Amino acid sequence: MSKAETAETEDEGRITNVSGPVVEAKGLDARMNDVVRVGEEGLMGEVIEIEGEVTTVQVYEETSGIAPGEPVVTTGSPLSVELGPGVLDSIYDGVQRPLDILEEEMGDFLDRGVDAPGIDLEKVWEFTPEVEEGDEIEEGDIVGTVPETESIDHKVMVPPDEGGTVADVNEGEYTVEDPVVVLEDGGEITMLQEWPVRKARPVERKQTPRTPLVTGQRILDTLFPIAKGGTAAIPGPFGSGKTVTQHQLAKWSDADIVVYVGCGERGNEMTEVIDDFPELEDPKTGKPLMSRTSLIANTSNMPVAARESCIYTGITLAEYYRDMGYDVALMADSTSRWAEAMREISSRLEEMPGEEGYPAYLAAALAEFYERGGRVETLGGRDGSISVIGAVSPPGGDFSEPVTQNTLRIVKTFWALDADLAERRHFPAINWNDSYSLYKSQLDDFFADEVDDDWAETRQWAVGVLDEEDELQEVVQLVGKDALPEDQQLTLEVARYIREVFLQQDAFHDIDTYCDLNKQFEMLRLIRKFNDLAFDALDAGVPVEEIQDVDSAERLFDIPTEENWEPLVEEIDEGLDDDFNELA
Amino acid sequence: MKEYKTITEISGPLVFVEVDEPVGYDEIVEIKLPDGSTKRGQVLESGEEIVSLQVFEGTDELDRNSSVRFLGETMKMPVTEDLLGRVLSGRGEPIDGGAEIVPEDRRDIIGSAINPHAREYPDEFIQTGVSAIDGMNTLVRGQKLPIFSGSGLPHNELALQIARQADVRDDIGEGDEEGEDEEFAVIFGAMGITQEEANEFLEEFERTGALERSVVFQNLADDPAVERIVTPRMALTTAEYLAFDKGYHVLVILTDMTNYCEALREIGAAREEVPGRRGYPGYMYTDLAELYERAGRIKGLEGSVTQIPILTMPGDDDTHPIPDLTGYITEGQIYIDRRLESEGREPPVDVLPSLSRLMDDGIGEGYTREDHGDVANQLYAAYAEGNDLRDLVNIVGREALSDRDNLFLDFADAFEDELVDQGWTTNRSLEETLGISWELLSTLPKSELKRIDDDFVEEYYRGEDEEEKEAEATA
Repeated sequence: MSKAETAETEDEGRITNVSGPVVEAKGLDARMNDVVRVGEEGLMGEVIEIEGEVTTVQVYEETSGIAPGEPVVTTGSPLSVELGPGVLDSIYDGVQRPLDILEEEMGDFLDRGVDAPGIDLEKVWEFTPEVEEGDEIEEGDIVGTVPETESIDHKVMVPPDEGGTVADVNEGEYTVEDPVVVLEDGGEITMLQEWPVRKARPVERKQTPRTPLVTGQRILDTLFPIAKGGTAAIPGPFGSGKTVTQHQLAKWSDADIVVYVGCGERGNEMTEVIDDFPELEDPKTGKPLMSRTSLIANTSNMPVAARESCIYTGITLAEYYRDMGYDVALMADSTSRWAEAMREISSRLEEMPGEEGYPAYLAAALAEFYERGGRVETLGGRDGSISVIGAVSPPGGDFSEPVTQNTLRIVKTFWALDADLAERRHFPAINWNDSYSLYKSQLDDFFADEVDDDWAETRQWAVGVLDEEDELQEVVQLVGKDALPEDQQLTLEVARYIREVFLQQDAFHDIDTYCDLNKQFEMLRLIRKFNDLAFDALDAGVPVEEIQDVDSAERLFDIPTEENWEPLVEEIDEGLDDDFNELA
Repeated sequence: MKEYKTITEISGPLVFVEVDEPVGYDEIVEIKLPDGSTKRGQVLESGEEIVSLQVFEGTDELDRNSSVRFLGETMKMPVTEDLLGRVLSGRGEPIDGGAEIVPEDRRDIIGSAINPHAREYPDEFIQTGVSAIDGMNTLVRGQKLPIFSGSGLPHNELALQIARQADVRDDIGEGDEEGEDEEFAVIFGAMGITQEEANEFLEEFERTGALERSVVFQNLADDPAVERIVTPRMALTTAEYLAFDKGYHVLVILTDMTNYCEALREIGAAREEVPGRRGYPGYMYTDLAELYERAGRIKGLEGSVTQIPILTMPGDDDTHPIPDLTGYITEGQIYIDRRLESEGREPPVDVLPSLSRLMDDGIGEGYTREDHGDVANQLYAAYAEGNDLRDLVNIVGREALSDRDNLFLDFADAFEDELVDQGWTTNRSLEETLGISWELLSTLPKSELKRIDDDFVEEYYRGEDEEEKEAEATA
């Protein structure tokens, strides 16, 4: 290619081939991952391959009618998100276009070729500085705050790689593009930062997570806890309750900020989130849940390339709030759809497929994504975390498939959803035999300090009973329950209480939907107390039928749905003593 | 418009043409055969020199001398309210000998996605008159609820029963206005079914007078497979028009999605694409989602699109890619069960693996009846328990089981006899369904009804000698 030609074709090329979301162009001098505008309508795309003079682009919008010969123009910058006040309480598509703005501009159906900034550039925010003239500031330092929503103060930070001596500070009302701090070297700091989504934001160092992400879900908090800054996977066949579990976490977990990524989800389900969240209250602050939430909705029928990018958009938003020193929880539902989007694009590129047609870099991409979570010391020395919770939708519910397997190699908490439990309407349908959490030991101190010294031991007892039940069930399947010796029948009875009172939790019940840690502990403690008294009684010769008939034990079922549970627990506690005294 | 006589390759349903002017992706082409007849096709890949096309009517009799004309637009469906009562081919052309259709508008059959922000969350109960669905897997307006079936099972009968009986309740529910006259339409998209099956549907539609409010798209087993790719899109484009422009509540029945996916695989193979699971293309999830997601309601608009796609699971295996991917997109599924069918249950719906994801929001006080949710949960739990015990009975016999276990076994049998096996022509109101449910639940002692609010038990439980029964059960 001659020099003259290069100059001519610097930022504009011509389409040579169109095949679904993959478009090839010649004469375009773009860098890998640069965002380009495709065709006369200026559809948004991203460079994914450069070979010879052919540049391959994945297009984030429907490509019907696009023809060879139409122009492709590079913007010269990679796919980025806009970060600043206004990210919370927003609902975006996979490339950070606000869905409400899109609705205003193109009506009920998503048309194409419309661009909208991720945050409102006109809106005025009240900036309160935290630095003064003459201060030395460096990357990550907080220069001031903005009340972004009712619950969250937005911290305006010095972007990575910038800093200097403060020459001037502007207090008061500004838009995100106005300089709020001016540096002596002429540099300006605004409330707006841009960041390429495929690049992790820098941190000072990674730290070990030591506090749990309290979810209010009994089976999760007690048996399989996740740390703030931890990673978890929820795999399960369809209909087993992945999405309900994700919604529960988004609603009730005690993170400061929630980023919810609906990746390849059902439209109606996303609408439920969009309708529900603004009406729900944050249980901690009583403020609207949306004021701490950012939603990314890329439904399954939106263009596949935007599905591939929405996960990165989500994690970048999460990193930005982590950098302010917040605990962020990122829910991705579902990472399988994301992996499939990668597979789809990869197959259009005719890349050599790996396992089950997924690209060979699947494992690397998953690992890279989960690694962007964690608890960190941020630039500027704050403590922040991102807990990443990814739903996985294994084909046919088979956990041996590549996405589940590659995810399990990375995450430390595994909540295995089970179709059998779901079919039995045991919800949450998390299988207690298959699930695990590797955070237990590093979180035990927290539970001992905050709830009860016996937390870990009581949990271990419950796990033991459930394991025993699992073994006994095999025998029961063969000979029936009544053929078992009395002590084993009693174990089954205790296990039944653990399952039906403690593990089952009704997400749709006003009270039961959230269970605080003390209540969780007390419930398990009472079941254990029943267990101890019952076995004592059995040793003393009381027949198992009579033990099973104890009235106070039946009342355990009332605790989950009781708002004012403390008196009830006391009552049952005493009732158990009385009942068993009578039996003896 | 330029005509090309430059076909370079014909392979399966695909044709490759040399061009010297740019052609838009997805554009429609007309191919003229030497004998004067024409076929239509669509651009699958558009390059500067070579364009690949899929030909809807199949590539029979095409040769190098056939000429190709690019029509300069993507595939459109002519829509009008007059389509109601008409029978069309899988390509949207009338085949009932009726008058020519004068379209009010021509719509792109590749629908755009509904902005999730503009969607209205579906929560309006549709009474199908089928207890196993209304009672336990409730369908709501704007939902997509497929029927998972197998070869030789009566899924079509069930679809017909639903289409015949489906009724949106106006008499119950607080949100409804008095005397609202809801317009209701059925769109039937047949893909690769036999003439006999198609006749069954048509005759039934004519017999019940349903044809007047129906549009039938018919791609039969001996029609070209490639045409099946456009049939559901035509059907859904018509559905969206009737729903969102004309305010109809549209029920779309698509049968059989398995044939659609086979066609997708055929085209993928002809293009020599890298295949995904079991040879189906890697983009099948996206492709199916583009169809199924066209169900829904939109804020501020009258109508709704409700979908009941039917698919036959190869080998009754629900982990096969077709049912599997479908289940991940649709809002639940209704299973037709071979055992229940061989026992003669009508309809043979297995409620245990069936599910309606949107049920919780469409039932209960203000929607159906306050006890509906609890009753459904309790029925599930009790039936599941009874069903589990059946395996055990086979080994140890009934005598070896406790009285409680026997009670649940009897419950499971009665559940299938009374609730599920209602017959193809029985149209049950929800009140009747719940009535039968309570009769069944009343065979169990009150203490077993843990999933039902005590107040509801108090109101609806019909057991007579409960005290005695309880004593019996625990003895």
